[in-house]
Amino acid sequence: MAINKKGILGEKLGMTQVWDENNRVVPVTVVKAGPCVVTQVRTPENDGYSGVQIAFGQIDPRKVTQPMLGHFAKAGVTPRRHLLELRFDDASDYALGQELGADTFEAGSNIDVTGVTKGKGFAGTMKRHGFSGVSASHGAHKNHRKPGSIGACATPGRVFKGVRMSGRMGGITQTTQNLKVHAVDTEKGLILVKGAIPGPAGSVVLLRSAAKGA
Amino acid sequence: MHFLDEVDAASLRTGIPDFRPGDNVKVHVRVVEGSRSRIQIFQGVVIRRHGGGLRETFTVRKVSFGTGVERTFPLHSPIVELIELVSRGDVRRAKLYYLRDLRGKKAKIKELRDNV
Repeated sequence: MAINKKGILGEKLGMTQVWDENNRVVPVTVVKAGPCVVTQVRTPENDGYSGVQIAFGQIDPRKVTQPMLGHFAKAGVTPRRHLLELRFDDASDYALGQELGADTFEAGSNIDVTGVTKGKGFAGTMKRHGFSGVSASHGAHKNHRKPGSIGACATPGRVFKGVRMSGRMGGITQTTQNLKVHAVDTEKGLILVKGAIPGPAGSVVLLRSAAKGA
Repeated sequence: MHFLDEVDAASLRTGIPDFRPGDNVKVHVRVVEGSRSRIQIFQGVVIRRHGGGLRETFTVRKVSFGTGVERTFPLHSPIVELIELVSRGDVRRAKLYYLRDLRGKKAKIKELRDNV
């Protein structure tokens, strides 16, 4: 169960670099965080657990279904595109309709970033699993990028389940843990995260307080 | 990446002279030793300018006690206090890697005169 203290949805804008106080280059990913709104607060009395449902992104109100319109109206907010629930130890700090911005996180804190990775299509074993492939010379013929053996012969007489092979790569949800927040620009609603985060520029990412300590 | 231009704008510096490969420049480098910082001057020939925007770098080559020394600086780095243009060079290439194989008089770059 995710026991994180804070979380916010944002849009990945891309990567650039900045200089830190020691004049060293820091590679950063710029995330336009929020504005998010709280659309539902889960309490142990009502739901048996604590959590917060947050919403993010613009949407044409005509595209929203009647049940969802009612849900947003209950929270007193305009409809949003993305809805997401975060489970917290204690969600009593959050109020219905509350706005969350880039100031959710302060510079220097550790966060986990979740996003959908770039799709690579049907990829071979060298790209997908880091196999070594076959020698470029020494008599190797038309098998330079092949996986090699996928198992033994008559015993077991079959290929074991889970053997790593070619297939669809990327396009999966991935979390990168313990990234440092380098700077926060509350005016423009930007969060500068040190290092790379999953997904292409323009994709929706979830920023959460780091699950693992230190 | 035009949408990141405003993020980059904060790190960009002004007052960079218009210099190109072949020019002789003095780079005033801030050196931090413990708690003190001082300025060190690295003078030599610019042999390349690489990249663009915030990520642009330039490389200065000099010959120090018979040994070629090259240093690459990010153009917008805060450790570069000042870039001083000493003289312009008359060269026909953007990357002057051929200087590495030359020594003595052959490695000399002709100075560019405006009104010739």
